[in-house]
Amino acid sequence: MPVQRPKTKKVKSTITVNGQEKEVEIEVLDIDASWGKPEDRKYVGTRLPRIDGYDKVTGRARYTFDINLPGMLSGAILRSPHAKARITAIDVEPAKRVPGVRSVLKLKDAGQLVLYAGDEIAALAADTPEIAEDALRAIKVTYEPLPFVVREDLARDSEAPRVLGNDRPNVEPGRLVERGDVAAAFAAAKATVEGEYYAQVRVHACLETHGHVVAYQDDGTVKVWASTQAVHGTADGFAEITGLPKDKVDVVCEHMGGGFGSKFGPGVEGRAAALLAKETGKPVKLLLDRRGEVESAGNSPSARMKVKIAGNADGTLAAVEAEGYGTGGIGGAGVTFPYPVYQVPNVKVKQDTVRTNLGPSNAMRAPGHPQGSFLMESAVDELAYALGVDPLEFRLKNDPFPIRQAEYKLGAERLGWAQKFNKTPGKGAGPVLTGVGVAAATWGGGGGGGSLCDVKIAQDGSVVVELGTQDLGTGTRTYMRAIVADELMLPLDKVRVKIGRSQYGFSGGSGGSTTTPSVAPAVKMAAMQAKFDFVTALAKSTGEDAEKLEWKPGGAISNGAKTLTWEDACKRLPSGGTSSRGEWVPSLAQGNIGGVQFAEVAVDRETGRVWVKRVVAVHDCGIIMNRLTLESQINGGVIQGLGFALTEDRIADRHTGRVLNANLEEYKVPGPWEMPEIDVILYEDPAAKGVSGMAESPVIPTAGAIANAVYNASGARVRSLPITPARVLAALGRVKGAQA
Amino acid sequence: MEITVNGEKHQVTADPEQSLLTVLRDHLGLTGAKYGCGEAQCGACTVLLDGKAARSCVTPLSSVKARAVTTVEGLEKDGKLHPVQEAFLAEDAMQCGYCITGMIMTGVSLMNRNPKPTESEIRRTFEGNVCRCGSHPRILAALRRAAASGEAGEAAKEGAE
Repeated sequence: MPVQRPKTKKVKSTITVNGQEKEVEIEVLDIDASWGKPEDRKYVGTRLPRIDGYDKVTGRARYTFDINLPGMLSGAILRSPHAKARITAIDVEPAKRVPGVRSVLKLKDAGQLVLYAGDEIAALAADTPEIAEDALRAIKVTYEPLPFVVREDLARDSEAPRVLGNDRPNVEPGRLVERGDVAAAFAAAKATVEGEYYAQVRVHACLETHGHVVAYQDDGTVKVWASTQAVHGTADGFAEITGLPKDKVDVVCEHMGGGFGSKFGPGVEGRAAALLAKETGKPVKLLLDRRGEVESAGNSPSARMKVKIAGNADGTLAAVEAEGYGTGGIGGAGVTFPYPVYQVPNVKVKQDTVRTNLGPSNAMRAPGHPQGSFLMESAVDELAYALGVDPLEFRLKNDPFPIRQAEYKLGAERLGWAQKFNKTPGKGAGPVLTGVGVAAATWGGGGGGGSLCDVKIAQDGSVVVELGTQDLGTGTRTYMRAIVADELMLPLDKVRVKIGRSQYGFSGGSGGSTTTPSVAPAVKMAAMQAKFDFVTALAKSTGEDAEKLEWKPGGAISNGAKTLTWEDACKRLPSGGTSSRGEWVPSLAQGNIGGVQFAEVAVDRETGRVWVKRVVAVHDCGIIMNRLTLESQINGGVIQGLGFALTEDRIADRHTGRVLNANLEEYKVPGPWEMPEIDVILYEDPAAKGVSGMAESPVIPTAGAIANAVYNASGARVRSLPITPARVLAALGRVKGAQA
Repeated sequence: MEITVNGEKHQVTADPEQSLLTVLRDHLGLTGAKYGCGEAQCGACTVLLDGKAARSCVTPLSSVKARAVTTVEGLEKDGKLHPVQEAFLAEDAMQCGYCITGMIMTGVSLMNRNPKPTESEIRRTFEGNVCRCGSHPRILAALRRAAASGEAGEAAKEGAE
């Protein structure tokens, strides 16, 4: 195959000559890039075991928590036991006198307010983690406890204590979103249903907690190991904290134990670690304990919404009217509603943010979408039954996105919707009944510009790919190697991938399903550039015409008469080999993806227990990089969605203001007993031209599909998450008091 | 104090109440066992004591004196991975990987006492191990694979000899 020469194009640019700005025309590279046909790809799009699997099963994979340096100190953070209080005095001197304590740092001072239980007060560094933990108790803090409120319904009361401790009210009114004529649409509708729905607060529960190891180096630079979703963003953060230029901040993240939206920068714990390391002149490791992680490292906001929804006689959605609120503690709230998989001509929606004295919310895998999807899909489902329309038919009628249209049909067939759907929910003998439900997802995603990838080919034939991104467990390294191996037609083991370091080329944070569509195009462009640079360098060294050189499988180079093996060709490179850079291009990435999930559940009407038997997850994936890891990521989305539906709920005590389940026992992440059969169908759109990310889409529709299946099985419409046995029984009218 | 880890004797100077997890990670440099919760709730710290799964984060150093500690670093024999490790690789049973060493040690413990576990025994075994990424379907498949291969039972016998 001939080597594609990067073409150039002329663009206008402004340069400054002798202090004067001049407009000039310059030539820039303009490579025509595409992912080509599937048959041209040997590795990309197949089932590739992850590169780092061996490291992960042997314990060799290094996480931030695993970094131990000579002379390293252990950091710990003192947190407020009060949900709201004024610090009247703080004395860190007794802690400084504890043997083994090297430095103590106030994070708040006398006179300042603490706004939630778990709010950071002080930090210290000591010789061992045990000394650090013990010494926290020697810090003397006196508080003036103040009235607080942790329940969002109570916080809305005008008499409720002010959460922020200033004149700002607890309720921040949302914007009224209005289109069409809701009143007229309701008047003309064939059926209208109303309900109040609730989606709870969840926490990320990253198994590796937030934290860093910070080590100032002798050369005036600082090295930071970070459990992060953004090595470059974290480097920016530490540059600001340390006052060093970014090129003197070296952030490393070889492996990280989960982030799900909560790990994008240094945070308070990173700031504390950096200040303690600077003060002591020693490396400091500061990772949160589990309680600190739950209380302060982020959560996904709740949403309570009164929804009125109407449909026309022809089965179309007529109108949605909703009003509600949610809380993200002292942080923001708000969900995506009406959930935009449906076309709704008449809308009137308002959602307020209610502040409570709890830790701040932050992004969590598809922020605002799983909640919005659950609220909408439940209401839509109720409307479909009220209209006497099969809920699947109703979706086919009201969701115009062509890819989802195909996905509904594929999924319904795989699940056996026609056979399993109960026309009369809750009808049947015996306590255990089964049923099915469906819900859908949409996600923007797409790539973020600016990723810079380097491909280096050495005389010994080795190929190194460098990019300052990170692998959250999705298999970034693995597909990067596949892209380069495919482009250079080399075996996988010839290519080595180096990521997880801010000193490599820029790449953005891993949020919003943007990593793969940001990274893969840059890698592809770098590999194409590397091929061109390679034949150019080879031609120069052998005196041949670069235009006549052909690239063959195995990286062999032919001039028509003679063929050099990869190894022989590399030997003819200049001593430094070649180094080529590729930049992200939009044409290789795409967003706006859709997914549909079907759930089949069993409900025990006597005990209220719900078992999810099966989930069929049909997802639009763009050009697929690696089926093996992609399917695993979709499994993970479904399982987190299942936790949202059935088991997870952060619970705060209204009397003490403390989180009652700041642990991994009572904050119940789904385990093996909850595992359904998960049937992943990768929908491959023949028109796909670009790569998509798949973090968010699979977590969005699961809870809605499960809730709808619970109704279809048992007749219990549970409008609040999680769907606990008490709520199922309440919805069936079997117990009083519990709210369904 | 002297403790035996992965067949080697180590002299450790530490508080007898120190957790085995800290001793392994910070004194012996064996970081395969992870901190997840510190309260025996998540299983990330799982190691073997005399071949049986133990949560090292709540196991005091004093209690392991006369016992054989095995960490994930000690599973490999003569450059060959343990069949349970092989099965995790074959199923690509991991995402971020932070829970995986604990999962593997829990799986090895099950295989040691019962090389042919039933589906419900496999599920019960992993009930105390948290995986937040949601790799359970493949983790369960890995154990089924290890059980079906029969090699895990052989490895258990060799380990006992």
